[in-house]
Amino acid sequence: MSPIHDQSYRRYNGTRLPVGRNWGVIARHGIRSMVEKRPFLALMLFAWIPFIVRLVQLYIVANYPQAGAIIAVNPAMFREFLDQQGVFVFFTTIYVGAGLIAADRRANALQIYLAKPLLRMEYIGGKLLVLVSFLLAVTLLPALLLILMQVAFSGTLEFVRNNVFVIPAVVLACFVQVIVASFTMLALSALSKSTRYVSLLYTGAIFFTEALFNTLRVITGSTRVAWISITANMQQVIDAMFRMPARYETPVLVSALVLLALVALSISVLERRVKGVEVVS
Amino acid sequence: MADTAPAVILDRVTVIYGKNCALRDVSAVFPAGAVGLLGPNGAGKSTMLKALLGFVEPAGGRLEVLGMNVAEKPLEVRARLGYMPETDGHIPGMNAVTFVAYCAQLAGLPKADAMQRAHETLFYVGLGEARYRNLETYSTGMKQRIKLAQALVHDPDLAFLDEPTNGMDPKGREEMLELIRDIAHNKGINLILSSHLLPDVEYTCDHVVVLDKGTVATFGPIEELKGPSGRVYEVRVKGDLAPFIAALHAVGMECRETDEDVMRVFVPGALTGAGGDQQNICAVAGQVRVQVRHLKTSLPTLEDVFARAVGDL
Repeated sequence: MSPIHDQSYRRYNGTRLPVGRNWGVIARHGIRSMVEKRPFLALMLFAWIPFIVRLVQLYIVANYPQAGAIIAVNPAMFREFLDQQGVFVFFTTIYVGAGLIAADRRANALQIYLAKPLLRMEYIGGKLLVLVSFLLAVTLLPALLLILMQVAFSGTLEFVRNNVFVIPAVVLACFVQVIVASFTMLALSALSKSTRYVSLLYTGAIFFTEALFNTLRVITGSTRVAWISITANMQQVIDAMFRMPARYETPVLVSALVLLALVALSISVLERRVKGVEVVS
Repeated sequence: MADTAPAVILDRVTVIYGKNCALRDVSAVFPAGAVGLLGPNGAGKSTMLKALLGFVEPAGGRLEVLGMNVAEKPLEVRARLGYMPETDGHIPGMNAVTFVAYCAQLAGLPKADAMQRAHETLFYVGLGEARYRNLETYSTGMKQRIKLAQALVHDPDLAFLDEPTNGMDPKGREEMLELIRDIAHNKGINLILSSHLLPDVEYTCDHVVVLDKGTVATFGPIEELKGPSGRVYEVRVKGDLAPFIAALHAVGMECRETDEDVMRVFVPGALTGAGGDQQNICAVAGQVRVQVRHLKTSLPTLEDVFARAVGDL
């Protein structure tokens, strides 16, 4: 006769994993719970449409070189591709990021997380990794695949050899885009318990700064104030990476410093807001 | 308990929130086993637990859990702790078994073990049948049970239970107390039960630490604290209460009114003879012209200990 399985509480004598790996558990859970959502999968699918379009472009130029006069394959094409992906970066950031910490705060989950053997940094790292993974999946992954497909379609490394800077530029540009968006969104998510409010805050941060910049541009007739806009700063820095002429009069260094300051501010917000106990004094 | 070393030691711990001193120079030793942390609302019970978990940094003093300094080894301490918070807390969008397994993984258990223990723990706390339901649909009592499950799933050596019976119906409360008693006395897990409900602590714990206004009012084994050199009587009188109470105080007796219109009179010192205390109480009543309608010997309860410790008696 087989023994009856004891469904009561027993002491645990199995293995325990060393501390410091919980960011992976949090990230895995976050990624899994996102890919289970159909609307999110639809968004991801849409985000890859520009890739398909560019793939067709690469194929046509590789097979009909005369088409290159109209739809040229050059570093600017990759820059344009990343610009187009900016829209999907925006929507993915909102869909994935808004609830990452806000939902935990609403459900009082922080006290559950932080009572476990994990550092606040691990918690933030795990949440950040969820957003970063999906954002890289709509920026870096298709961009690198495009370069790979260009080589495959043309059958030569000539383009890569002639534009050695393109691969590092694509990688760096994607990381700038992803890191700025991720940290900003995570900080905003830590500020509120409402996912909707966080989405509004992020949309406001992007569009309000852009609108303010455009208003000041009209008033002053200059683009020196581009540093006000998050998007403009990003464009300015990424253009420099692709060795393209600057769009605005704001120095690239200033734009880079503004983005760096935004990330630093976000880290400071996260440091203050992600706590096991909320002290209202 | 296999290990008789103290579970928790606080050495002159001070915790300050803004301008409020939540814990003031607190020193206490929580022995292994089940210890009740008693005190009125705002006494600093939850703050003490949060300081032990490392959620709040003390302004001064030293906290030691299971022989480890909390400030030096916070992760190692938390790996051996289970915490059931006072407020509702869950991870959104999960069912019970996923939630508890996730908590076990966060505590360092491998995925397969975490899932197996999640099932076992949910059965243990009485949520076996509801383990695939989304947590958002749980009743208050079920939420209390799930909080207990996530605190136990990784098999901690010490569990902090903060007001575990809050919001539960009488039957649920009884079951929860049975569980807590079983955890402490049969499963070999040390626990600290923070509560303002004296019967809960009395039923489940062997020791008690009474906090009041951020300081330790008294601590020790419950039986010792309940059985001091004195007796307790239930008294109901007809007439003016104030002079009667004053007269009792004057002869060294202390009394406390309860919700049921019955006073509990504490007579300190050794018993002078059979019926001696009752005669003294009646004599005092006679002096101030009140009629004794009910006089019955009672057993000292933790409530008496608590009331004396926080100065209500």
